[in-house]
Amino acid sequence: MTRSKYLFPLLGAVLALAGISAAAAAPPQDVPLMIRNQAFQPRTLTIPAGRTVKIVVTNRDVAPAEFESNDFNREVVIPGQSAVPVYVGPLKPGKYGFFNDFHPENTGTLLVAPERR
Amino acid sequence: MIGALVIVFREVLEAALVIGVVAAAVEGLPGRGRLVAAGIVFGIAGAALVASAIGAISRFAGGTGQELFGAVVLCAAGLMLAWHNIWMAEHGREMAARLKSLGADVVAGRASVAMLLVVTALAVMREGSEIAMFLYGIAVSGVRTIPLLTGSVLGLAAGAAVGLVLFAGLSRVPLQRLFQVSGAIILFIASGMLARGIAFLVQAGYLPPLVPQVWDSSALLSGGSLVGRSLSALVGYTPAPSLMQVLAWLFSFAAIGTLMLARSERFAARRAEVAN
Repeated sequence: MTRSKYLFPLLGAVLALAGISAAAAAPPQDVPLMIRNQAFQPRTLTIPAGRTVKIVVTNRDVAPAEFESNDFNREVVIPGQSAVPVYVGPLKPGKYGFFNDFHPENTGTLLVAPERR
Repeated sequence: MIGALVIVFREVLEAALVIGVVAAAVEGLPGRGRLVAAGIVFGIAGAALVASAIGAISRFAGGTGQELFGAVVLCAAGLMLAWHNIWMAEHGREMAARLKSLGADVVAGRASVAMLLVVTALAVMREGSEIAMFLYGIAVSGVRTIPLLTGSVLGLAAGAAVGLVLFAGLSRVPLQRLFQVSGAIILFIASGMLARGIAFLVQAGYLPPLVPQVWDSSALLSGGSLVGRSLSALVGYTPAPSLMQVLAWLFSFAAIGTLMLARSERFAARRAEVAN
């Protein structure tokens, strides 16, 4: 009986804490980016400024591709028919270019939008 | 064809510049050519291995395996160069003196053998794995492969030629000055490699960027251009580096430079003792 007396408040406190920490450290949003025939789909991605965003780059081709950006310093090989998470930011608002280093003519734009308050 | 040429050239260029400098920096080391050749063979084998295992590497450590791998390879090469440079700061002048009097068959030390072999192999492995994946992509895409392969071979040849020109140019530097000149260049290469290694850890989220972009000189000198790529290999140039990367560069440069100076003074002090 003594155990159950403390069990519920304790459980409640744990849940509350979990809720607070989950709200404080909102998990990075997933933004999908596709590679088909070595080209990006969509060509323009929009993400919010000032926070880390997880871009999941999925390569639909058999051939590997390389997601690269000199503007926001990323260089990640995306093997054929697989998905690789690329963490980006926090960035200032603006336009950032990226490209496929194995086919540099295929480019894309990362649009970083100012955060709404 | 031009596309393949440019892509392969850019990758080869980075490795060729590093190899050109380190090969010139071990002037007088017996079997220098064979060591570079062995390093290239190991590097190509490593590149093929990395390219074929890229799926597994990517999935490692929650999708940050590529960054970890890049960080380890760059930091290993950077530390190897730093160690060699510090060692040479003490022994370089001694060697230069002996080389001049005894000829080229002077044993330059195991430090140089290990450095030349490992740094060559790591440089070839890093850049070669990208070429391997690019060529694999060509092979599976089923497009006309002959022009692309021709372009790749020409790109390889052009990149290797730049490395050879750099090597030949440095080799013309008089011996007394060579170790100082190559030591200075290697100090920049090593700082750049260590900083870029740290940048990979920032990219993967293991280290905070502190400030995501300290400056942005991409409009002035793009990181993808040939000059940008060359400077990336030689001094660690990044158009928009994080503060963490800049600090890592400054710290590496200061630490290696200080140790080189200290060793060089120790050598001078010993010389003075012998002279008295």
